[in-house]
Amino acid sequence: MNHSLINWFKFASPVSFYPLAGRLIPYFTAAAVALLAAGLWIGLLVAPTDAQQGEGYRIIFVHVPVSWMSMFIYCVMAFWAALGLSFNTRLSGMMASALAPTGALFAFLSLWTGALWGKPMWGAWWVWDARLTSQLILFFLYLGFIALQAAIDDPRRADKAGAILALVGVINVPIIYFSVQWWNTLHQGASVSMTKAPSMAHTMLLGMLLMALAFWAYTIAVALMRVRCIILERELTSEWVKKNAME
Amino acid sequence: MNRLLSPFRLSVQRDLLLAARHKTEIITALFFFVIVVNLLPLGIGPDPDLLRKIAPGALWIGALLATLLGLQRLFASDHADGTLEQMALSPQSFTLLVAGKIMAHWLVAGLPVVLVAPVLGMQFDLSGRSLFILTLSLLLGTPILSLIGAVGAALTLGVRGGGALLSLLILPLYIPALIFGAGAVEADLAGIGPDGHLSLLAALLVVSAFFAPWVATVALRVALE
Repeated sequence: MNHSLINWFKFASPVSFYPLAGRLIPYFTAAAVALLAAGLWIGLLVAPTDAQQGEGYRIIFVHVPVSWMSMFIYCVMAFWAALGLSFNTRLSGMMASALAPTGALFAFLSLWTGALWGKPMWGAWWVWDARLTSQLILFFLYLGFIALQAAIDDPRRADKAGAILALVGVINVPIIYFSVQWWNTLHQGASVSMTKAPSMAHTMLLGMLLMALAFWAYTIAVALMRVRCIILERELTSEWVKKNAME
Repeated sequence: MNRLLSPFRLSVQRDLLLAARHKTEIITALFFFVIVVNLLPLGIGPDPDLLRKIAPGALWIGALLATLLGLQRLFASDHADGTLEQMALSPQSFTLLVAGKIMAHWLVAGLPVVLVAPVLGMQFDLSGRSLFILTLSLLLGTPILSLIGAVGAALTLGVRGGGALLSLLILPLYIPALIFGAGAVEADLAGIGPDGHLSLLAALLVVSAFFAPWVATVALRVALE
C-alpha cells in the first residue's frame, strides 16, 4: 500500500469528499469564467471570418466544445457507474447522478446550436443524418438515466440501476464519434483530429480549445456543487452532517 | 450439455405454458400490431407509391410497439408472487432462466408478428422480394427487441410509473435495430442490396443475445436486493 493509494480511498468517503469539493468549487468556477471570457473574445473578435461560411461559422466555438462535452461526460458517467458497480462505493453513484443533468444540458445545446448552424449552411434545421440521430439518442439516454434514478426511491438501488443503464448506453458514444467516418453524411467530418495537421486557422483552434476547457471547468464546478447537495440529502441523518456541514 | 441447458429449456416451457393459459394476451398484442399498422394508410392516404415507401418503417414501428406492450409483464407477475426470488436463489444458473424467459417472450410476442408481417406487407403493395427481405429483417430483429427490452423490464421492475419509464429507456436503444431493419428493404429497392443491413442486424442480434440476458440478470439482482 503506497501513500497516494490510501489518499484516494480517503476521498471515496462522502465525509471527507464533502469539504474537499467545497474547497475545489471556487477554483473551477474562476477557471471557467476566465477561460470562457478568453475563448469568447478569441472566437467572436479575433478569429478570422471563414472563407466559405462567413460569420455564421462562429457558432462552432459553442457547438463543437458542447458536443465534445456531451460525449465526454457520458463516458465519465459510465466510468463512475462501472466503479460504483464493481467496488460498491457510494460516492461513485452520486458522481454519476451529479453529472447527468449537465450532460443532458450539453447534449441539448449541441442539438440546438447544430440546428442554428444547419439552417444557414444546409438550409435545414434538421436532417436525418447518422451523427445527428445518434446525438439525439445520446440526449434520450441522458433523459432515461435521470428518469430512472428519479423513479426509484431507494438511493442505492437507483445508483445501481442507473449504472447498468449508463453502461448499456455507452456503446452509443463511439457510434456518434465515428458516424461521420462510417457513413456518408451531410454533417462535416471531424474539425480537429489528433493525427492530422489542423484543417483550420490556429486562432480558430485556440478559441475552440479554450471554450472546451471552459465548459470542462464549468462541468466540474457544477457537478461538485450538485454532488455536495446529493451527499447532504442522503446523509442528512448522520452525525457529521449535523456537526460540520449544517453550520 | 443437455443438463447445462435444462434450466433454459424448463424456463421456456414454463413461460410458454403460462402464455397458453392466457391466450388473450398474445392475441391482444398481435391485434395491436395489426391495428397500428393498418391505421397508417388510413391516416396518410391510400396512394400505393407512398405506401410502398413507408411499409418497412410502418411494420417495424408496429413491431416495436407490440413488443413493448408485453415487456412490462415479462418479470412483473413472477416478481409479484415470489417466483423470481426463488429463481434467483435456485442452484441453477439465473442467467439461463432469464434467457429462457426472454426466449419465451420472443416466441409469444415476436414470432407471431414476423408471421403476420407478409400479409400486412401485401396491404402496402410490396413486391414478393421486398416482402421476403422485410420478413427476414423482422425475423432477425424482433429477438433483439425482446433481448434489449428484457434489460429495461428488469431495470424498471417494481418502479413507480414503470410502463412509461420502460418506453423512455428502451425505445432509444431500439433505434439501431429499427434503422437497419427498415433500411434493408429500402437499400434493396435503391439497388445496393440488403446484405449490409441484414449483416449488421445479425451482428446486433449476436451481441445482444450474448450480453442482454447477463445484463438483465444483474439488473434483476439489483431489483431483488
